[in-house]
Amino acid sequence: MDQAKSTRQTFVSPTVSMHHRRTLSDDALRRLFLWPTLLLLIAFNIFPLLYSLGLSFTDFSAIANQPPNFIGLQNYRDILSDPQLWIYFRNTGFYVVVSVALETLVGFGLALLLRRKFRGSGLITTLILTPMMLSPVVVGLFWKLIFNPNYGIFNYLLGYPPGRGPDWLGNPTLAIWAVVIVDVWMWAPYVMLLCLAGLSAIPDYLYEAAEIDRASPLFTFWRITLPMVAPLLLIAVLFRTIEAFKTFDLVMGLTGGGPGDATELVAVNLYRIAFPNWQTGKASALAYIVLVLIIGVSNIYIKYLNQIKGD
Amino acid sequence: MSQRGKGLSRRMFLRGVLAGGGTLLLTACGGTTGTPTDVPSIQSTATPPAVSGPGTNLTIIWAEWDPSNYLQELVAEYPNATVRVVQEPWGSFGNKVFTEFAAKGTAYDLVVGDSQWLGQGATQGHYVELTDVFYSELNGRALAPATVTAYAEYPKGSGKFWAYPLEGDACGWSYRRDLFEDPQEMANYKARYNRDLGIPKTWAELRDIAEFFTRPDKNLYGVSIYTQKDYDAITMGYQNTMFSWGGEWGTNDYKVLGVLNSQENAEALEFYRELYRFCPPGSSNDFWQESINHFVGGQVAMAMNYFAFFPGLANEATNKYAKTTGFFSNPVGPTGKSYSALGGQGISIVQYISPEKQAAAMEFLKWLAKDETQQKWAELGGYTCNANILNSQSFLENTPFNRAFAESMQKVKDFWAVPVYSELLEVSQRELHKFVVNGEGTAQSTLETIAREHEDIFKKAGLLKA
Repeated sequence: MDQAKSTRQTFVSPTVSMHHRRTLSDDALRRLFLWPTLLLLIAFNIFPLLYSLGLSFTDFSAIANQPPNFIGLQNYRDILSDPQLWIYFRNTGFYVVVSVALETLVGFGLALLLRRKFRGSGLITTLILTPMMLSPVVVGLFWKLIFNPNYGIFNYLLGYPPGRGPDWLGNPTLAIWAVVIVDVWMWAPYVMLLCLAGLSAIPDYLYEAAEIDRASPLFTFWRITLPMVAPLLLIAVLFRTIEAFKTFDLVMGLTGGGPGDATELVAVNLYRIAFPNWQTGKASALAYIVLVLIIGVSNIYIKYLNQIKGD
Repeated sequence: MSQRGKGLSRRMFLRGVLAGGGTLLLTACGGTTGTPTDVPSIQSTATPPAVSGPGTNLTIIWAEWDPSNYLQELVAEYPNATVRVVQEPWGSFGNKVFTEFAAKGTAYDLVVGDSQWLGQGATQGHYVELTDVFYSELNGRALAPATVTAYAEYPKGSGKFWAYPLEGDACGWSYRRDLFEDPQEMANYKARYNRDLGIPKTWAELRDIAEFFTRPDKNLYGVSIYTQKDYDAITMGYQNTMFSWGGEWGTNDYKVLGVLNSQENAEALEFYRELYRFCPPGSSNDFWQESINHFVGGQVAMAMNYFAFFPGLANEATNKYAKTTGFFSNPVGPTGKSYSALGGQGISIVQYISPEKQAAAMEFLKWLAKDETQQKWAELGGYTCNANILNSQSFLENTPFNRAFAESMQKVKDFWAVPVYSELLEVSQRELHKFVVNGEGTAQSTLETIAREHEDIFKKAGLLKA
């Protein structure tokens, strides 16, 4: 009798299990995996984003022990009417355009040189990639030594005796170029890496066909290499543009934003407003202006990227 | 049967995922709570090990430099609590402390804060007020009056106190005696300037000596001065000349226009820019560290710096010219006045800690303020603000720079210590750097820009009526 009861119980339990299984359908399971991610995203991205948007319309200071007062668009008006901030936007624009353009040229050039395997090419590629693996603050500090006019190697390589060469970080015209040089040194390898991936994906038969048709190297480059690499190249340019807009640590390590305001970029000034000055509301407004700018520029790139893909 | 097995394994898998995720989440949340002593992340690697002792634990935060090490040695003798000095690099010290204040955190019981922080500490409720005990229990009458105003009182002249002056400091000069006392150099200098080569008595003499020793072909330059754009360096450097020329940042009721852009301030700024000509190449962003580097590297004849950094210059292990390094305080300006830019800090009790901790911190301050503790502090290398010790013969002869320090502490002046000091500093740093380093504009236009912007900031802060 006991055995029969036991058998019955074992027979019943699959039904119960099936019921559980039905409540945990594939959809439910999908949602179970999705919700924690969504919650984390809301807690750490969406909420701070909306919260800071709200703060940008207040005079809030995080250390003032005072509740925020709503001041409407005052922070945005103050920022957009501050001639000093327009200088920082101009500096940032120059820095972004020049450094990203040079990184693209240098990175693509290096990729073309390294696309064919030769003895030691792996080692050389790794060595070239090293700068982008370093911390920007560290890079800033050691390039500060490299640019030192008394004992730095940069002027020595340019042929100047110690103490007689240009003061790269102390001259308002040269300082922004010094920052560009370091940024290109650090990030051109990143562009190179993406271009190498693009170049390796180009099928050999295209070049063979071009060779059979006696196409010139220039023609081959313009009609095969460049169009095939363009999507990846544009992605590299997009990422570098976004990153260059936000450059902070490299400048703080190299020049501190000086001399004067020659290398004061928007992100550097944003830090000054947000932390030493603790003008949290104003800093939030400036951060939103930068965000809108970055989204705008990124959309232009993405539009071109889609066009290239469509072609 | 196979379906049942599949369902069970899915449930088990889910349970595992949820349990694991939950544990991670709890661990992550739990990691942010706890008392300061529970949080190892706040300990700097430079923090000396905690001393043992009965009673409560107290945590002090200060910048990462030698005086913090001296303080850790001193507090090891405090009998009623275990006191630990957490050190934070200068570059992030302010941000670290104010971020903690913003969170109303209890990680630190006492803060050794910059003199300029007093306004924020007092008006924004971060510091415990010490007015009632300052003279009665904190030995306030033994302190040099200038240090009380500079490191403890806010608003200035109000008789309200928020800190105990712990580390007095001021700008002074180190110089190469081997160069100054070289017979050939002395003869050449006398021939060129018709006066003896020696410690400059006036800023004009200092300029001549700087010019005399500027020899780029020998990689030798006249001076190293503060030029750094970040935080307050170039402003502090310029203050040395500005105050000595008889100038001021503004009036007590925050009027700046017509005061800061005065003739004497413009002359002082022109003079400071002229000194920059006699600095080594690459001096466009110099602060205390670069000043030390230029001096110990034998690149300059004279170097401006805070006295707190002079122990390293008097030490043969860190300065090969230590035996022949001399020190002097700021010379006088054209009107016969001499002032020094103030450095140094006062120690304050953090408002957000528990009443028990506040009481323990107060007991600690009472012990710290005693004459005998201050005597020990001075012997360890700390710059006491206790006037009796400052003026004692033993203190003056203790180091080669103590006499110049004691002299400087009688003539210190400071930048604004109001809650908006940081906004004011941003303007002065930017504009002074533009003029001194870049040579943009004139001294007069630079000061007019600063004055206008400073008044705007004061008006916005409600300190100056529009």
